[in-house]
Amino acid sequence: MAERVYVKLVGARLRGQMSYRASFVLQCVAQAVNQLAELVIILVLFNRVSALGGFPVNEVVLMYAIAGTAFGIADMVAGQLDELPTYIRTGTFDVLLLRPLGTLAQMMASDLHLRKIGRIGAGVAVLVYALDQNDIAWSPATAVLVVAAPLSGAVIFSSIWITASAICFWVVDGQELSNAVTYGSNAFTSYPATVYGPWLRRFFAFVIPGAFVAYYPSLALLDRPDPLGGPVLLGWISPLVALAAAVAAGFVWRTAVRHYRGTGS
Amino acid sequence: MIEVRDLRREFTVTTKVGRFRRDKQVVRAVDSVSFDVAAGEAVGYVGPNGAGKSTTIKMLTGILVPTSGSVRVCGVDPSRARRDLARRIGVVFGQRSQLWWDLPLRDSFDLLRAIYRVPKADFEARLRECAELLELGPFLGTPVRQLSLGQRMRGEVTASLLHGPELLVLDEPTIGLDLESKERLREFLADLNTQRGTTLLLTTHDLDDIERLCPRLVVIDRGTVLADGPLEELRAEVAPERVLVVDLERPAELDGLHGVTSSRSEPNGLRHHLTFRRADTTAAALISAVAARAEVHDLVVVEPEIDDVVRRLYARR
Repeated sequence: MAERVYVKLVGARLRGQMSYRASFVLQCVAQAVNQLAELVIILVLFNRVSALGGFPVNEVVLMYAIAGTAFGIADMVAGQLDELPTYIRTGTFDVLLLRPLGTLAQMMASDLHLRKIGRIGAGVAVLVYALDQNDIAWSPATAVLVVAAPLSGAVIFSSIWITASAICFWVVDGQELSNAVTYGSNAFTSYPATVYGPWLRRFFAFVIPGAFVAYYPSLALLDRPDPLGGPVLLGWISPLVALAAAVAAGFVWRTAVRHYRGTGS
Repeated sequence: MIEVRDLRREFTVTTKVGRFRRDKQVVRAVDSVSFDVAAGEAVGYVGPNGAGKSTTIKMLTGILVPTSGSVRVCGVDPSRARRDLARRIGVVFGQRSQLWWDLPLRDSFDLLRAIYRVPKADFEARLRECAELLELGPFLGTPVRQLSLGQRMRGEVTASLLHGPELLVLDEPTIGLDLESKERLREFLADLNTQRGTTLLLTTHDLDDIERLCPRLVVIDRGTVLADGPLEELRAEVAPERVLVVDLERPAELDGLHGVTSSRSEPNGLRHHLTFRRADTTAAALISAVAARAEVHDLVVVEPEIDDVVRRLYARR
């Protein structure tokens, strides 16, 4: 029942966005260009070097494609959370509290950035290209992983987004900080974890489970052992990590909302 | 319907002192507030800015959790059963919208129907009634952002009633509205209360709203309840003076009438303003005393303005 409400809310938002068709198409294109610009940076980089953190260009592009697709989906679904400070400041958040639904679902349903389809489309296109360029031992398991990895990645990114946005319940101007975490983790996941120093690596791999978005699943797809010595299993457990991240994010959000209702603003 | 006991709510306010030091100060926005509202009542909750009205409303509706004390609304604890309560009460904030800015009014209503899971037949019936009484017809298809404030408020009130709430809480519902819109809204709310039996609790700065809608008044200032009772009683208590204005046929002196505490006459000597206390004499006795002295052309008894009543309540503490 709650899902039907969500679908209705999102449907209404879409109708609103689609009413300006030309501008919608332009925004989609802009998003796609944005996404591809990052690819250009990687390619330029590989003009100078032959490998990055021990990975050749095609493998890095694969990681980048999985991360980009995942981030695009997360941005579409959870990107509205960037508006949270405005919601809090203008009292719109109070209105959400007056309705018989959870605040997080309402927040996420309040807008769906459909133009991010451009970004997701570009990500998927690059992913298809990268899968073709790499030597992948196709099996039912790897086929499932190709689909599961971007989706799990999207859940992980959304969880990061939710957790980071929750900062704004304590610090109303926490937007910069939370953006640093969300967009920063996107930048991190687009490259092999081996290019980072050990502390940054551990932080992004296990505290913010960014390495499970693209790095580990890519290793599994490529059937490569982890140069950092991690077990092979890590490449296959992204969905579980995603689930854990979502549960943690839900907990943080609840705590944050309880804090808000307890202290007000 | 509403049961408030020793309600208290504190906020911590941090102010910057110097470059790094910050002073923390605990401010009591609501302090030991108690009152009850029975089903079917219409109660005005009034007080100056910063008196604690909105904070109380937020605790009654489950937005804020009280620091201490207890609240029960429709039999439940708002802070624990926020979602249950949301289905049973309607809330209108004059200053913030619950409608979707870029959607037509009609679509906002449809979304609310889905959110509150209102059966279609009930929804249609309620919407039809509100649309008729509040004359929403001409702008049901207009995006909310293009509505005038008066039209939007009518939309907001409708939105808060679609799920058939037992209690309607209104925070400054008439703020910024023109006279005609105010009057239309008041008439609608009065009917809702008397015909439908919907309990009303409203905060307002416009005392005409109270005069028109609320037989009972709860006055709050600096977080505590100053007075609670029927408007008439509060008037009698803090503003016991009434004024008899008489127009005479011919100029005459009206000094030394029994019970008159002060009097003023206009230069033509025809119109006299006689102030008297309820306790000292009745209007009828004073009128016959005047009639015995001069020929009366016209007269009227003026009650103290409600603003005046509230101002005196504030001043009394």
